[in-house]
Amino acid sequence: MAKIIVVTSGKGGVGKTTTSASIATGLAKRGKKTVVIDFDVGLRNLDLIMNCERRVVYDFVNVINGEATLTQALIKDKHVDNLYILAASQTRDKDALTKEGVEGILNKLAETYDFIICDSPAGIEHGAQMALHFADEAIVVTNPEVSSVRDSDRILGILQSKSRRAELGMDPVGEHLLLTRYNPERVLKGEMLAVEDVKEILAIKLLGVIPDSQSVLNASNQGVPVILDENSDAGQAYSDAVDRLLGEDKEHRFLDIQKKGFFKRMFGG
Amino acid sequence: MSFFDYFKTKKQNTASIAKERLQIIVAHERTTRNQPDYLPQLQQELLDVIRKYVSIREEDIQVQLDKNGNCSVLELNVTLPE
Repeated sequence: MAKIIVVTSGKGGVGKTTTSASIATGLAKRGKKTVVIDFDVGLRNLDLIMNCERRVVYDFVNVINGEATLTQALIKDKHVDNLYILAASQTRDKDALTKEGVEGILNKLAETYDFIICDSPAGIEHGAQMALHFADEAIVVTNPEVSSVRDSDRILGILQSKSRRAELGMDPVGEHLLLTRYNPERVLKGEMLAVEDVKEILAIKLLGVIPDSQSVLNASNQGVPVILDENSDAGQAYSDAVDRLLGEDKEHRFLDIQKKGFFKRMFGG
Repeated sequence: MSFFDYFKTKKQNTASIAKERLQIIVAHERTTRNQPDYLPQLQQELLDVIRKYVSIREEDIQVQLDKNGNCSVLELNVTLPE
């Protein structure tokens, strides 16, 4: 049985695509057959983050419209085995994603893949609703900042009322909080919401905390998902999050200020 | 920041302000989340009708729809002036 996971947030720019790329890569590295779908019709960014922008021939909407087969549109990832990418269309017709079309593709993918990761666009419009509609689990990406937390709460409301699971009265969509751009130093100074505060307000299970790190930008510059940068704090935090997603019990790291050792201070790092 | 400002600045914990504001707005939005779209207009029209007879303020009226199993209860709270 394939598991469909939506990566969503409501607010834009909080790290949905970065998260989708890293979680999908992490699952594939652990041997799970994984496909990651970009639902951001009109914009398309996942291909850039995963460094396959020049290999996109057919996209999600082409497959829905029957202009290409799934096999033609799926792009094999170059970093890890078991990972495929389905790019978003750059069409300006925002209703190109039909519920029936999306369902058909997800059903077909579910026959061969263990995990289907849906990278949601920002907002709560049609594209975002299509991305979350068929989800079994949701990763709600949130920054420790007022507007992001509020928007996450609204997205949780939509998951609880408009998802397929809610409409059919099935078990609710599993909700996971992923707090990104976390800066323990600012939290200590009382300038930033602490992880406990956000957890308390949203009242959902914590999947992981990704520290605010230069390595995230370095990774996206090169088109390598940050989880593959195994020496970086953000990469390790994503790796822990993937383990937790697979049911492992891992302690949360990077919640406190990282003390720089003598050598790091002298030689950087 | 000048040298003397260092002694003047009172440490203001903005994170706790953020948390407080969020708790209030999120709690408020959760109560209105599953309400039908017509509710605000219904509230406005009820307000207009009551105002024909008694002068009340906008915030003196509260309309809420609660679902109890297979029946819904429309709760209307009006605070009349003394």
